Amino acid sequence: MAPDVKSAGGAADTAAPLLAGLPDRGAPGRLLRWDLLVGLLLVLVFIGGSVGSPGFASVDNLSFALGDLGEIALIALAMTMLVVAAEVDLSVASVLGLSSALVGTLWDAGWAIETIIPLVVVVGAVCGLVNGLLVTRLGLPSLAVTIGTLALYRGLAYVVLGDRAIAEFPQQYASLAVEDVPGTPIPYPVALFVLLAIITGVVLHATGFGRSLFAIGAQEEAALFAGIRVKRIKLILFVLSSTVAAFAGVVFTLRYGSARADNGMGLELAVIAAVLLGGVDFDGGKGTLGGVIAGVLLIGLLRNLLMLNDVSTEIQSIVTGLLLIISVITPRLVAVIGQRRRRPSPVPSPTPPAS
Amino acid sequence: MFTVSRRSASTAVMAGLLSLGLVACGGGTTKDSASSAAPAAPASSAPAKADPNAPIKEGLKLAFLPKQINNPYETIVDKAGIEAAAEFKGQAKEVGPSDASASSQVSYINTLTQQGHDAILIAANDANAVCGPLQQARAKGVKIISYDSDASKDCRDIFINQANSEEIGRSQVKLLSEMIGGKGEVAILSATANATNQNTWIEFMKDELGKPEYAGLKLVKVAYGDDDDQKSFQETQGLLQAYPDLKGIISPTTVGISAAARYISGSKYKGEVVLTGLGTPNQMRQFVKDGTVAKFALWNPKDLGYLASYAAAALASGQITGAEGEVLKAGRLGERTIGKDGEIILGPPFVFDKANIDQFDF
Repeated sequence: MAPDVKSAGGAADTAAPLLAGLPDRGAPGRLLRWDLLVGLLLVLVFIGGSVGSPGFASVDNLSFALGDLGEIALIALAMTMLVVAAEVDLSVASVLGLSSALVGTLWDAGWAIETIIPLVVVVGAVCGLVNGLLVTRLGLPSLAVTIGTLALYRGLAYVVLGDRAIAEFPQQYASLAVEDVPGTPIPYPVALFVLLAIITGVVLHATGFGRSLFAIGAQEEAALFAGIRVKRIKLILFVLSSTVAAFAGVVFTLRYGSARADNGMGLELAVIAAVLLGGVDFDGGKGTLGGVIAGVLLIGLLRNLLMLNDVSTEIQSIVTGLLLIISVITPRLVAVIGQRRRRPSPVPSPTPPAS
Repeated sequence: MFTVSRRSASTAVMAGLLSLGLVACGGGTTKDSASSAAPAAPASSAPAKADPNAPIKEGLKLAFLPKQINNPYETIVDKAGIEAAAEFKGQAKEVGPSDASASSQVSYINTLTQQGHDAILIAANDANAVCGPLQQARAKGVKIISYDSDASKDCRDIFINQANSEEIGRSQVKLLSEMIGGKGEVAILSATANATNQNTWIEFMKDELGKPEYAGLKLVKVAYGDDDDQKSFQETQGLLQAYPDLKGIISPTTVGISAAARYISGSKYKGEVVLTGLGTPNQMRQFVKDGTVAKFALWNPKDLGYLASYAAAALASGQITGAEGEVLKAGRLGERTIGKDGEIILGPPFVFDKANIDQFDF
């Protein structure tokens, strides 16, 4: 995991002026950046787990825990870009379910898996296109649109597969979803995630496209006047998010070896939780991919650690929930304190670059 | 801008078509070609010989992984199993997910394996979704016992079947037929659509209904309440509204039957529609006493947990390996012979009615 975190973190610095949620970037502000705190917390959990829980730091356990995060992590990459641009896609888990249902039905009907996978991904892209067009052409809020398509796509999944469960997928493909890259303890989906994370990190933090996302999120009208093609970019983001979700549906189906219409129910909340925990502002314009990756890992490893220590499911939910609330409150508190300290500071408006 | 989106959409469609075309020419991996390939190798459970006289090891660590925690029925089973473990000086615990979805048990299987348990006892939410991790656990020497709801038979050592599935399915139809006089429309209110045990019973119910003596009964619908109280309640309501001539409902799940009884007892259908199925005495007592339900059946869930616990201990101690014909010594329950595919049957279902229900407290 190290390389992508590093690259994303490094790239974050180039975007630092745009992350100006904190009024002034003095030394304390820099240290109190939430994404760094999450990274620190992650390291603490890891060290605490390795010392306190035998079995936690074992290669098998970590490999499994990472593999278990695969789909959430993949979708979180696309979700980060959406949230940075002040949009959200709640339909991702339903797209995942629809994709899983399609894989099951087509496989059961005797289609070749090599045909099914690209087809399902295309269907995902179409789902995203619907979301994106509704948001950008009709100007509807993405929260409302994707709550609607959350129900719609899940409903379609049940139409496609009904109440059935399809199993027995081809061994060589199922192995791709669970096995490790030869010679490493890294499952294939995680390796894919690392690759995509690096690409996303570079795009988000080191390209004009990425900077325009921050600009849109910070102040959409200003971004528009600065010549950023806001609607087009948003459309691309929605298509991307659903495409990734559909692909994650394929991974999910193969990993569990069971295609069902209810697969991944509620997964969208886990994804959004990770994105928020990673310090991305729900109002858009702020956040780093490194923070999100740390957020995904923190939620996953913490859950694994709590489970290893026989902490009940209810307490696990409470811990995750509290962490999430803290993640939303802390940066605001820091901002308020910062503002009080330098009373007459005018709130600097983020300067969206023209692209 | 509009042209751009149209262009990208058509690109996507083209890409899809192209890949379809490519595969159509090349021939890919289909269901047929894959199933002709070698099936997944069975777990590396060494063909160790069973030693029926081996003592049960002390300090065995067992873990019960129910479909979901806080399900009253599973809690009874697991508690009895945990108590049984104390009899042979083992330790047992219950952990599990809060929702009964296919994937939620998987991470628990992994953590239980990491914690070094000798055996995992699982009531599988989805026979296949848990298979991979169970295989990995077995590769590390963990014994797998499924109870209540079976996992795929390649992924576990033994399945403790609460009652012969065939007997349960057929006896429910018989029970209902007696109560409604062998005539009229009937419906089934099941758990989730993929619940292994319910589906097996329903198959036998359908088969039984096909017999000439039940020609007067017509199965109009199998509804799914997902083992969720509220959903089962609503499904019952829906059934009675959709089929005004409905005479009887069979609900082969404890959550379903109590939710259905609650709806019927408070509706105009009370006394009109006969409800039976599988329920626990404590949940059904009120409805048996107020006349909503005359008879329902179940096995003794405490015995199920007890038997599962002993099976786990015997497996982990090498007394049995799960092969057909071996004999399991199960404490106060006596002996059980392992049947085909590693199945052990608890016993015949037991019918509860107004006369005997007060003798049971679970």
